[in-house]
Amino acid sequence: MASLKELKGRINSVKSTQKITKAKQMVAAAKLRKAQSAAEAARPYAQRLAQVMASLAGKVTVSGSSPKLLAGTGADAVHLLVVANSDRGLCGAFNSNIVKAAKLKAAELEAQGKTVLFYLVGRKGRAQIRRDFEKAIVGGFDTTTVREAGFNEAEKIANELIAMYEAGKFDVAHLFYSKFRSALVQEPTVQQIIPVPAPTAAVQADAVTEYEPDEETILVELLPRYLRVQIFGALLENAASEQGASMTAMDNATRNAGDLINKLTIQYNRSRQAAITTELIEIIAGAEAL
Amino acid sequence: MSLHFELVTPARLVRSEEVHMVVVPGSEGEFGVLEGHAPFMSTVKDGVLKIYRSAGAAPEEIVVSGGFAEVGDKGLTVLAEHVEG
Repeated sequence: MASLKELKGRINSVKSTQKITKAKQMVAAAKLRKAQSAAEAARPYAQRLAQVMASLAGKVTVSGSSPKLLAGTGADAVHLLVVANSDRGLCGAFNSNIVKAAKLKAAELEAQGKTVLFYLVGRKGRAQIRRDFEKAIVGGFDTTTVREAGFNEAEKIANELIAMYEAGKFDVAHLFYSKFRSALVQEPTVQQIIPVPAPTAAVQADAVTEYEPDEETILVELLPRYLRVQIFGALLENAASEQGASMTAMDNATRNAGDLINKLTIQYNRSRQAAITTELIEIIAGAEAL
Repeated sequence: MSLHFELVTPARLVRSEEVHMVVVPGSEGEFGVLEGHAPFMSTVKDGVLKIYRSAGAAPEEIVVSGGFAEVGDKGLTVLAEHVEG
């Protein structure tokens, strides 16, 4: 049985842990609101661009001469997995879920005899992937230098990916991130980003739109932008998901700490009582013996 | 008698308002958009977007880069990656 002093020490240490988790929970709640509004603000651009891409894609037929970003390299041998993680921990299984999804896909692709490469965004998850796929990591992007990953970061990531693609380093790229459903639910998601999946063409009857320069040139110009927006969107979703996951995880941790404190306090009181009773019995026994 | 004009960046909706005319630096030359312009799409080169709130008024200038302009029946929409001013 632990002594009274030990118990008291444990209660205090759990109490300070609870303070930390509670603070982190409140910070996450505030940041979540911000991340959600950032994700909302980004929606109009993505929607409009997707609309334009869809109406263009309906007019341009994919052939051997169409841009590589749309048509692909013609091969399907090397797959690049772009894994977007967060930089900070204390967010439950958020990062491991994304990594798990990526590893699953990697195993599936390797079973099909394809080469798998990794490109990592964010600090967390790096170690987990390195453990199994040390040699497959071809690059990464460090987001620790900025407070929040914004469009500039998405642009740099996209440009690097496009450069690698053009140099023929890979044929297909998949993006792994966590989709934000609610503060409680985040879904690890896989999305093919290169070659750009042709947006589902919306049927438009008023086909009298004039293009300057021609459709194909516009499409070539818009493809890298579309990619950037996709990555930007993923970063935003990831940021919101991270805060959501963090909030839930910290809420649980705070509650668990509370339970533990109650349990320890009861134990502490019981032992205190037991000690007093023993002392009393000793005194009474001593008095009777006289 | 006014043109609905929207300027959107990936981070936010910068402008959404009724104006008289917008002059856009298209990649094949500047073009002005008034109300009732025919449907039109063009890439935009990095440059200055001039917004005329009313006829004859001094234009408001916004520097855009990485842009794309679309004129539809809903008005003019400029998608730009970066905006200054």
